[in-house]
Amino acid sequence: MAVASADGTDDSGGSASSDAAGRAIATPATQTTAIEIPAIETRELRKQFGRIVALAGLTMTVRRGEVFGFLGPNGAGKTTAVKLLLGLSAPTTGAGRVLGAPLGDLDTRQRIGYLPELFRYQGWMTAREVLALHCELARLPRSSWPAGIDEALTLVGLADRSNDRVETFSKGMQQRLGLGVALLGRPELIVLDEPTSALDPVGRQDVRAIIGALRARGATVFLNSHLLTEVERVCDRVAIVDRGRVVAELRMAELVEEGGVRVLVTGLPAAGAIAGRFGPIRRDGEWLVVDSIADDKVPALVAELVAGGGAVHAVVPAHHTLEERFLSLLGAAPGAAQDAAPSENPEARP
Amino acid sequence: MNRGAIGVIARLTLHEAFRRRLLWALVGLTLLLVAATGWLFGKAAELSPLEGGTQQLVLSQLLVMIAFMFSFVLTMTAAFAASPAIGPEIENGLLLAVLARPVRRSDVLLGRWLGLALVVVAYALAAGYMEIGAVRLMTGYAPVDPLVAPVYLAGETLILLTLAIVFSTRIAPVASGSIAVVGFGLAWMGGVAGGIGDYLNNDALRNAGIVAHLILPSDTLWRGAMYALEPPPDVLTAAGSQARIFTVSPFFAGTQPPLAWLGWCAVWIVATLAIGVLLLRRREL
Repeated sequence: MAVASADGTDDSGGSASSDAAGRAIATPATQTTAIEIPAIETRELRKQFGRIVALAGLTMTVRRGEVFGFLGPNGAGKTTAVKLLLGLSAPTTGAGRVLGAPLGDLDTRQRIGYLPELFRYQGWMTAREVLALHCELARLPRSSWPAGIDEALTLVGLADRSNDRVETFSKGMQQRLGLGVALLGRPELIVLDEPTSALDPVGRQDVRAIIGALRARGATVFLNSHLLTEVERVCDRVAIVDRGRVVAELRMAELVEEGGVRVLVTGLPAAGAIAGRFGPIRRDGEWLVVDSIADDKVPALVAELVAGGGAVHAVVPAHHTLEERFLSLLGAAPGAAQDAAPSENPEARP
Repeated sequence: MNRGAIGVIARLTLHEAFRRRLLWALVGLTLLLVAATGWLFGKAAELSPLEGGTQQLVLSQLLVMIAFMFSFVLTMTAAFAASPAIGPEIENGLLLAVLARPVRRSDVLLGRWLGLALVVVAYALAAGYMEIGAVRLMTGYAPVDPLVAPVYLAGETLILLTLAIVFSTRIAPVASGSIAVVGFGLAWMGGVAGGIGDYLNNDALRNAGIVAHLILPSDTLWRGAMYALEPPPDVLTAAGSQARIFTVSPFFAGTQPPLAWLGWCAVWIVATLAIGVLLLRRREL
């Protein structure tokens, strides 16, 4: 698809798409043309601040209806990329389209929800008033506001605080409110920039559930996050960006397919030889690791080990984690994971 | 330009002013000020040995000085209400969520300006008419144009509000507020210099006044307010030679601002806002 040049930020004016057109595209399952147009498409998008290159040439495509993770170390250009996609900043060179319209298109923003990394809302307003303000700014039909606001408040768990001023909210509650703002009007594309940075484990679980619900209704989610395990759990596909460029795009299913199995077996000196018939093997302490074994072959492996006289104590999946792939792609030592995932949930790590 | 979005931002600004009790605080303080100055005017008129046109001139000078103080308060209010209107909201992230909507940066700037302009203009008119009414009630003094004087003061405030909000797109609130207040002072001094130049027929001083009025035309409107608060021409004529003493005062205008200068004030506001829009559009978020 041809990619139009992005020549401005927010004042570049709107396209010919109308409210009605926006609503039609809002039900992608019934609109073939909408599905064919990628949610996001960029070509060599570059952003430079003086001599500093924040984004060196971002080329990527995000398909409709997928949950897309955008990962990278600090300073990789992730938030800059998000701002370019939303028209909050103009690219130095390069081009892109969001929901089929050039970057910065004003009318297209009606169909996009956004939770900024630096989230802040009018402290002197109540949560309900903030949501009503964004309904109005998003040009949603006034008749849809009450139901839309109630739905957003319920989804993000703020229904019982809806009439409290935002200035009385904790950081986590403000981030929940920001998520509610992003969900207003059932947008086709939801851009979440570090959506769980201020949330506790319960809040993170809620966000995963919300993202799952968005995927179920056919919305596209662009998730910019440091939290690799969060991304691993919810995304269909990820792009890893480093020094302003995409260095890899992965399907999460690929990680599973590339994985293996870890078996704790005793009483069978020939266990390695038996397992070797199913794939490359290696030892990890007491564990025998069989790489690249298909999931449906695992019962046969266990059966042969038992038939050979071994005692199988445990069988656990040994898929590559996103963090392992992330670190290998960036050529970083394991300690560098702290930079990429400063508040990673330790319980999820092997 | 998106009138809808400008209207939403302007209403948001008004809502914030009411919710944060800025207006109520101003109204309370102004009522106190009007009551206090009304009482002072009453006492001054009662105890003054002066009579007729001379007394009218003295009362007019007192009223102009009160108006000058009032215009300074208005300027401070406008400058410090406008100076945090844009920049801090970019820095703290508040505008990110707004500008991700179908809202242009120009809508935000013009909406904020409109909302604040409605607040300060309404306040300037209400307070100005109350003060003039209180003086009339306590002393019987009737300026030449009591209805127009507060309009000039409101216009003067708009100039400073515009300056502060445009600076707020690029520099810190304290700096932009301070620049607006210092600008107010410099423009007034430029006007005084121009007045002295006129009196002494000195081109250098006269030109300094013209340049000051071109760069920041707030003093043009202040001089209009002064003229409107002075006694009618027949009172000045009746006062005769005593009136001439007052004509050298920096708080005496003598003539209305020419229409061309009033037009320049309107052009200046529009041009300055246009510069503000350009500055904001070029700013990285």
